[in-house]
Parts: sequence; structure tokens; C-alpha cells
Amino acid sequence: MALLEVTGLGISFGGLRAVDDFNVIIKKGQLYGLIGPNGAGKTTIFNLLTGVYKPTDGHIILDGENITGKKTADICKAGVARTFQNIRLFSELSVLDNVKAGLHNEFKYSTFAGIFRLPSYFKNEKSMNEKAHELLKVFELDEEADVLASNLPYGKQRKLEIARALATDPKLLLLDEPAAGMNPNETAELMDTIKFVRDTFDMTILLIEHDMRLVSGICERLTVLNFGQILAQGDTAKVLNDPKVITAYLGE
Amino acid sequence: MKKIFTKDNSTYIIVILAYILVEVLINTGHLSSLMKGLLVPLCVYVILAVSLNLTVGILGELSLGHAGFMCVGAFSGAIFTQIIGDSMNGGLRFFIAIIIGAVVAAIFGIIIGIPVLRLKGDYLAIVTLAFGEIIKNIINILYLGVDDNGFHLSTQNAAALGLDPDSGRIIIKGAQGISGTPTNSNFTIGVILVLITLFVTLNLIHSRTGRAIMSIRDNRIAAESIGINITKYKLLAFTISAAFAGIAGVLYAHNLSSLTALPKNFGYNMSIMILVFVVLGGMGNIRGSVIAAVVLTLLPELLRGLNEYRMLIYSIVLIAVMIISWSPTAKAFRERYFGFLFKKKKGVS
Amino acid sequence: MSFISYIINGLSLGAVYAIIALGYTMVYGIAKMLNFAHGDVIMVGAYVVFVLVSGLGLAPLIGIFASVAVCTAAGVLIMMIAYRPLLQVSKLAVLITAIGVSYFLQNVALLIFGADTKSFTSVVSFKGFTLADGRINVTGETVVTIAACIIIMIVLTLFIKYTKAGRAMLAVSEDAGAAQLMGVNVNGTIALTFAIGSALAAVAGVLLCSSYPSLTPYTGSMPGIKAFVAAVFGGIGSIPGAFIGGLLLGIIEILGKAYISSQMADAIVFAVLIVVLLVKPTGLLGKEVQEKV
Repeated sequence: MALLEVTGLGISFGGLRAVDDFNVIIKKGQLYGLIGPNGAGKTTIFNLLTGVYKPTDGHIILDGENITGKKTADICKAGVARTFQNIRLFSELSVLDNVKAGLHNEFKYSTFAGIFRLPSYFKNEKSMNEKAHELLKVFELDEEADVLASNLPYGKQRKLEIARALATDPKLLLLDEPAAGMNPNETAELMDTIKFVRDTFDMTILLIEHDMRLVSGICERLTVLNFGQILAQGDTAKVLNDPKVITAYLGE
Repeated sequence: MKKIFTKDNSTYIIVILAYILVEVLINTGHLSSLMKGLLVPLCVYVILAVSLNLTVGILGELSLGHAGFMCVGAFSGAIFTQIIGDSMNGGLRFFIAIIIGAVVAAIFGIIIGIPVLRLKGDYLAIVTLAFGEIIKNIINILYLGVDDNGFHLSTQNAAALGLDPDSGRIIIKGAQGISGTPTNSNFTIGVILVLITLFVTLNLIHSRTGRAIMSIRDNRIAAESIGINITKYKLLAFTISAAFAGIAGVLYAHNLSSLTALPKNFGYNMSIMILVFVVLGGMGNIRGSVIAAVVLTLLPELLRGLNEYRMLIYSIVLIAVMIISWSPTAKAFRERYFGFLFKKKKGVS
Repeated sequence: MSFISYIINGLSLGAVYAIIALGYTMVYGIAKMLNFAHGDVIMVGAYVVFVLVSGLGLAPLIGIFASVAVCTAAGVLIMMIAYRPLLQVSKLAVLITAIGVSYFLQNVALLIFGADTKSFTSVVSFKGFTLADGRINVTGETVVTIAACIIIMIVLTLFIKYTKAGRAMLAVSEDAGAAQLMGVNVNGTIALTFAIGSALAAVAGVLLCSSYPSLTPYTGSMPGIKAFVAAVFGGIGSIPGAFIGGLLLGIIEILGKAYISSQMADAIVFAVLIVVLLVKPTGLLGKEVQEKV
């Protein structure tokens, strides 16, 4: 059963064809990798999937729903959450509030109820706090709940971004270079966390990564992108041994 | 969770204690009439500073047109009071005038906010300034009268209103504005309005809506990616901010018997003065806005003994305080020698 | 015929706005700050000429040179004392100190010269000429102002394009950090920009007060804001933008005064700005900067 089905996706910036005829099918519960040299268009695909850019061609079907060209916030509501290559946290909010912001559409009460502290405020805030602490525990951030997000060390900021994305209760989680800037130990730990997230939340994950150990260690399937086009696609082991892929990475 | 001396509560306590202190001073005859005259304006400035902080500190958009919303509130409230006249109990009339001032300013907030909030940074700043000046300019050429046939509006002069000579009454007289508004404002009402403003603003900040607004401030793209409707929350913050500026305007209008839209009270200079309160008090720091508004309003008065030098000293103090509190060199110096006085900042304030 | 006179008057006023806006836009481009004290430097420049020419009876040219020198020094001094410590910290903090400087300059002028309006003697001795059988009168001030504006615009463009210091300005305005790494003296470049901006403000002050000869401590305030509007109108940070923005603004203001309402002239100027920004959010010649995700 395909959770994400992308067909013929493409976008041009002026004369530049950044992504061309991109197709992918991701099954529910799959851990899928998107790799390719710098400038291949990987992040552009994330931006297309999340509505930051409007695609010029193609369709994006999430769990049977056409989300092509929708607004970012609506795509999030439809069930796509993401992290960013250059971390984008709410730096002046606490760690807890970052996650609670992610719960924005999960626990709703009106502005009026918030100002006048009606019962719905207390009920929802309580559930939000519980849910947020639960998520923070998964990423071992519960001790730092009251710390400003900008005061967290780098590795924990990456984790907090994932926790915030998960708070939106997505069907599909997009991770943009989650291991960037991490040492081998931290990367190994991150691999466990990603697998844990997939298993406990029954999550489907699409990730961009340059760290081949992480990719070969956890991704079940891969798509390799080069110059905005698909170079290879299929099972991880097979793709990584494809001569075309090796040439693209290492040169002739 | 159950702390009494939270930062929010301390803000209310400071306001209430200040109120009690002033009342004691008044009743024991220790307050000069000059200071008494400043009490309502102080409340006006505090409300303006707190409400502007919602736009500048919490939403993170630089607005230089806050005085425009105050102007709209002041005139709509005063027009209502003029029209109703003595046919209604003064207290009730003032209450409704405040509501009307808030609603009309909020409507202007929406009308101006929809186009303006699409702009970014300094472009937004200059356009809000432009709107504020336009509002002031339009009010200065407006003539409004009422007679048995209803309302008459003109942008020419009083004669162009064509009022019935027997029943006609001019409400707004162009650049001369509105005169003869009953002075319903007093310090107690001012403080109550300050407390209401604080209550709404602080509770808003510490709610789901407040988090959404602050997440837009901190990172718009990330806020969108977690499903927050940017336009809605920006407009909401801007509108609430405008509504309170409107309330401050009504309070201001009912403190003076004559109301005119001058550059001094409703021009960009006023907007900038309020911005100074907000920045000096700390962006997003509501208690800081209250304190900065009070201190900076009293400062020129306390310097009155120095006569013509007082505004000069005020400007030097302003520059010095900014440099001392913001520059990295001064910060390092402070932390090195007075570090024990400041606690490390933790969590949201 | 009156329409043509209005256009000429508008060009004259617009040329003053353009000169101020050029300084404004350069300072903005390089320091990314809204310099609310820029307008008050105009006033300082005008008072210097007032004292030297109207007061001491010196030659107008000496007055103008002295005015430019005083404003240049004042501009650099203000930047070093009030702006430099905060430039890297927060744009808003610098905005507030700029407001403080604006109050400071106004109050110094108030202390020295008092609040009463001084009548300024024009520095232009050239009497101007008439066109169309005397139906259109072009004053000497108009001719000089427009000529000065065009010369300044050309010199500035050449300076930025062809001199090392000018190219350093471009580099710093594009990316101060990268410019520093490439060996550009960033602090020196910023100081030079403030010096040029303030010198232009002095020229603008003299020209403005020659055409509109009343001088108070608040004379610079509104033209300062208008020039800011002109700079934004043309696309802030863009030199041709400031030039075109200034001229258009002057023409719109004079036509608005003549044909719509003299009290509403300012409102019309602001309304046009709003319309332009809503259609083109970064001004007429401004670059659209996309945030990279």
C-alpha cells in the first residue's frame, strides 16, 4: 500500500530545470533514502513535497489525497512533517514550547478561551504538556524542557527538530540531512533513534543523507538523484553497487 | 506550576502597588498638580507600549504607525461621546466609547494589516508609518456635523456641511478637531484599563495562539511547516495590538476637553516614542514595557528643573542606555564585574 | 502652462529629496539601518550656512564648503559614537539610538538658535529665466538644485563603479563578512559611506532652505522622512532607485498640492508609496531576495 506516490514531479527556476520527471512510490512504514551529489535537487524535492515551492509539473498523492500545489500549512495538516538542513527551531521559545507549537493542530482551543482561561484552555494545555513531555522523553530531551531552544547543543537541536515534526502527528516524516555535523557515535545513536521512531510511531520516513553508513544501515530503498534527474532507484544494496551511482559520486 | 511570584504576576503587583502608592500620595497631599496631570497620560503610554510590544516584540514586525490606531480610537470614541451627549449616564457612555474605540481601531488594524503584513522588515515599517500619517492627515481635513436630518460629512469647511441652523451641531471641525468632550478619564479607570491590557496580552502570549505568533517571529518557514496559518496569526496579533491602541486613544481623548490630530500626539513621532519604550523595556518583555513607559515619561518631568536642557539630557540618556544595555563590550564588562547581579536566562520570559 | 510650472517645481523639490535619499539609501545599503537622524543632519547643514552667510556675511561658497565639512564630521562622529557599537548587534537598537541622535541634534539647535523660524537667505545669486513669453518662471534655485542633483548622481555612480573605495562599498553592502575576509576595510568603508551621506545631506539642506527659506530646529524632520519614503519607493539600497524615487516624489507632492488638496499633499505621497509597495514589494528598482530553505 503506497503512502506517497509522486509522478512526473518537476520545477523550473527561470531557465534552470532544478528537478525533472521525479517519480517515487513509498510504502507505509518504509525507511526511504534520497541521496545524490550536492546540488542534485534533493532539498528542492523536499520543498516541493512540503509546498514551499509550487511544482511546475507532476502530482503528489499522499495516502490517496492529492496534495500537489497546496499550501505548506495545509500539507502539514494532510500529514507531511519535515526537518531542515540548516536547523530551524523557534530559538526564543523553550524546548517544551517548540514541541507544543508542533501540537498546534492536535490540541485546539480558541484564542478567546486562551485569553480568558476557559476550561478548554486548562484541559488542552494539560494534554499538550503530557504529550510534549512524552515526545521529549523519546529524544532524551525532557531534562531540558525549560531551556531556550537556542541554548541547546547542536546534536540536541537536531533531535528537537525531529520531536517537533513528530508532534504534528504526520503520516510521512521528511528528514533533511539529520546526521549533518554529527560524529560517528552520535550518528550511530541517531540511526537507533530513527529506527525507534519508525517502529514506535509506525512512521514512514524519507530522508536525505550524505553519510553512507547511515544510509546503508537503515534505508530499505533508495533513490539517487543527479542533476535533478533520477539516476537509480531500488533496494539499497543494489543501488549502492550500481556502477552509474559510483561514477556519479566518485567520478570516472 | 503553582508559583505566585511569576514574572506575569509581578507585573500586576507592580501596577497595583504603584496605584496604591499614588493614591496615598494624592490623599496626603504629596503629589504636585503637575504630576497629577501626568497620571492618565502615563496609563495611556503604558497601554500603547504593551500593545505595541505585541506587534514588535511578540510578532516581530516593526510597526511605526501605532499612533495612527490610537488616533482612530480617540476620534471614534470622542465622536460617540459627542453624539450621545447627556442622554446617557457618563460612566456607561464612557464604557461604550472605549468599546467603540477598540472595535474601530481593530477594524482599521484588519484593513491595514491585510496588505501591510505581506511586506517584510523595513518595508513594513515605512508603510505602517505612511498609514499612520495618512490617518492623521485625513482627520485634519474632516468636518462632521449632525442635525435633525442625520450626519453631514465634508472635507472642505464647516459651511459645506449644510447643517440645519437650529438643530445642527458640529462634531469635528477640521484641524480644530473635537472640542468639549467630557473628561471622563481618571487615574483609576486608566489603571483598570492597564490591568485589562496586561491580562489579555499576557494570557494571549502564554496560550496556543501566543505560541503560534512567537513561532512565526522566530522562524516563519518552520512555523508554516508545522501547520501554523501565518496570515491568520499575524493579522490576529496586529489587530489585537491595534484595538488596545484604540482603547489608549479613547482614554487620551476623554482626558482633554479638546482633541486635535497634531504631529505631536498622533504623528510618527508618537509612534517612534512608543517604539522607544518597547525597545528599551525589552522586546517581548511586557513588564519591561510598563516600566520603560513610566520611567521615560517621568524622566523629562523629573528633569524639569533643568529647563531647556531636559530634552537634551533625555536624548543623551537614551543613547547611553541603548549602548550600555546592548553593546557587546558593555555586556562583557557588566558580566565580568556585576555578573552576580544577573541570573542566567532560562526558558521563555 | 501652469502644469509645466508645477512639473518644474516638482522636479526642483524632487531633486532635493533625491539628494537626501541618495545618502539615505547608501547608508541603508551598507549598514542596513534606518537612520532617523539623517534628516536632522540637513538641518545642521542649513544652520551652518545660516550662521556664516546670513550672520557673518561670508561668501555663500565658503558657507557651503563649511557646511559640508561640518556635516561630514558630524556624520562620521555620530556613526562612531552612537551606531558602531550596536551595528552588529541589533538593527532595532541602532534605530533607537538614531532616534536619540535625532532628538539630540534638534535640541542642540533649539538651545543655540531658539524655536523661532529663521529666514534663510538663498545662496543662489543666479536669477533664473522665464519660458514661453514669461508665462513660466524658472528660478535660479530650481536650476541649481536640479543641476546639483544630476551632477551628484553621475559622480556617485562613477565613484562606485570605478574607484576602489566605491567597489568596497558595493562589496560591504552585498556581504560585509565576505568583504572583510577579502581584505576590505569594513569599518573604514562604513565611515566613508556615512561621510558621503552626511555631505549630501548638507548640500540638500542648503538647497532646500534656499528654495523654502524658513529654518527651524525641525526643518529636517519631514524632508528626512520623505527622503526615506523616496528611497523605499525606488527600492532601498538602489542608487538609481533613490534618484528616480526622489524626483517622482517631488512631482507627486507638488501636483497633489496644486490639484487635489494642499493639506493632503503628504497623505497623497504616502498613499502612492503604499500602492507602489503593494504592487512591487521591494520598490521600483529593488531586488527581490528569496529566503533559501
